[in-house]
Amino acid sequence: MGNESFSAGREVLKPPVTQVGVVGWLRKNLFNNWYNSLLTLLVLYGLWATVPPLINWAFIDSLWDSSSAACRDIDGACWSIIPQNISFILFGFFPHGEQWRPITAIILLLSLVFYSKNKKHWKRSLAVYWLVGLIVMGVLMRGGIFGMELVETAQWSGLPLTLMLSLFGMVCAYPLGIVLALGRRSRLPAIKSLCVVYIELIRGVPLISLLFMSSVMFPLFLPEGMTIDKILRAQVALILFTAAYIAEVVRGGLQAIPKGQYEAADSLGLNYGKSMRFIILPQALKIVIPPSVGILIGAFKDTSLVVIIALYDVLKTTQVTLSNPKWMGFSTEAYIFLAMLYFICCLGMSSYSRKLEKELHTGR
Amino acid sequence: MSEPKTENAGKPIIEIVDMHKWYGEFHVLSDINLAVKPQERIVICGPSGSGKSTMIRCINRLEEHQKGRIIVDGVELTKDIKNIEKVRAEVGMVFQHFNLFPHLTILDNLTLGPIWVRKTPKKEAEETAMMYLEKVHIAEQAKKFPGQLSGGQQQRVAIARSLCMSPKVMLFDEPTSALDPEMIKEVLDVMIDLAQEGMTMLVVTHEMGFAKSVADRVMFMDEGQIVEQNKPHDFFDNPQHERTKLFLSQIL
Repeated sequence: MGNESFSAGREVLKPPVTQVGVVGWLRKNLFNNWYNSLLTLLVLYGLWATVPPLINWAFIDSLWDSSSAACRDIDGACWSIIPQNISFILFGFFPHGEQWRPITAIILLLSLVFYSKNKKHWKRSLAVYWLVGLIVMGVLMRGGIFGMELVETAQWSGLPLTLMLSLFGMVCAYPLGIVLALGRRSRLPAIKSLCVVYIELIRGVPLISLLFMSSVMFPLFLPEGMTIDKILRAQVALILFTAAYIAEVVRGGLQAIPKGQYEAADSLGLNYGKSMRFIILPQALKIVIPPSVGILIGAFKDTSLVVIIALYDVLKTTQVTLSNPKWMGFSTEAYIFLAMLYFICCLGMSSYSRKLEKELHTGR
Repeated sequence: MSEPKTENAGKPIIEIVDMHKWYGEFHVLSDINLAVKPQERIVICGPSGSGKSTMIRCINRLEEHQKGRIIVDGVELTKDIKNIEKVRAEVGMVFQHFNLFPHLTILDNLTLGPIWVRKTPKKEAEETAMMYLEKVHIAEQAKKFPGQLSGGQQQRVAIARSLCMSPKVMLFDEPTSALDPEMIKEVLDVMIDLAQEGMTMLVVTHEMGFAKSVADRVMFMDEGQIVEQNKPHDFFDNPQHERTKLFLSQIL
């Protein structure tokens, strides 16, 4: 009934070379018709025209740690601008001899961050470690005790400032955003309108204008002689700004939870707070990890806007380095370095988010 | 589960008096009068859109009524949130689409209510939960997640979850309508066991076999009103109203 094997006398041939293997792939994907072939040739030409000169400029003709005078003599990249100015780019106006303090603070911060990545460590003790760590970092940066020279907050600059603004920005904005999202969905008209007005107002203005307002306008409203630290004002502006965006993303997550989940929680007798804490928020926040991380990555990069209010984050210190006549004209190299710095941090955040998503999907 | 006190044996555990409900302009429930005695089993049937689910959802305030009174175990349902939460702890509900919490294990699904509403210590809550899981023949799945279980298994877990709160009344909103036929029996068997142990039950269902074997009263609803109610024998053999007769002819 058709079950006889017909392969008994069949000659087994190899497929023709032009159909399989590398040659086959090239034919199928790059040269399968006339316009794809044309495009492939154009792209190959483009690569040939740009890549070798780029490699030449970046790696072969370049100098990696020389004086600025030597740099002017070559055609290649002057990466020396980085090592020669590294302590200013990274630490800004922090007194040169005391720079071990911000270095230690950053190492402490990164260790805490890496420790927190592991879900097994998410216990009460983690909060204690963070609290202690933050106090130690504050003491290291400020000094004034244990024989360390006092360094006012106005001199905190460079990488520690960028990291501080972004970390506190993210950590404070996220819970505030959740509260705003819950408030916007509230049935009480006062709370709902308050949250809507806040979110729409903040989302309607650029971050730069908020920073300007915090830096220029806000002090005008304070009583005579009272000042609030400039970094603190910028920090608050960043937190308020990020929270509005987080709120909308979390609200989307809350809307995505099926009504049955709210009803099941209600029918068990769980009150609002408990059903949010145990049932709704864990599911909603998990769903919106991708857009939330996107907003937080944006917040990290937005710290660079504080250049506008003369706070010396790592972008501004780089710009100051470039305004030095010795190093003027090497802005490409400096900004590429800066871009790499931001890229590494942002890549770290997004790969962590992927890892977190994968972990949290176990069991679903 | 409650034991009927002899002096209160006649006092209804659920009383609905002249209840009306509107969705905006639409009059979805009218003139509902119902008294449920402890340990009574009531099956509610009717065409879709008749308001049967809406009515039982009013009993645990998942829906609000605009007129009339609903009194559950002596507590009247009003806008007072404390009363509502008190009632909800005493009234268990089983949903058509199970509504298990997907991010928690089966065991956690069951212990959440007792731990955080009844303030039961964790160990005791877990023991009770395992006891109920065994009762519904699903104890070996305790550490799994809802997504890993079949529909029939999930519904049995949902029943166990409500039972862990030791409710006085159990409401069932079309518990088997979303199940494949071969799984309906396992869930109905659990419900029959429950009925035989004396639980007060209100069941919205199309499973007339269940109604015939277990119900004390069968109620027919249509267009937001209770049209007819009777003992199963009389209800199925001798329907009084035309609408009831029409409905029964369609489903039997």
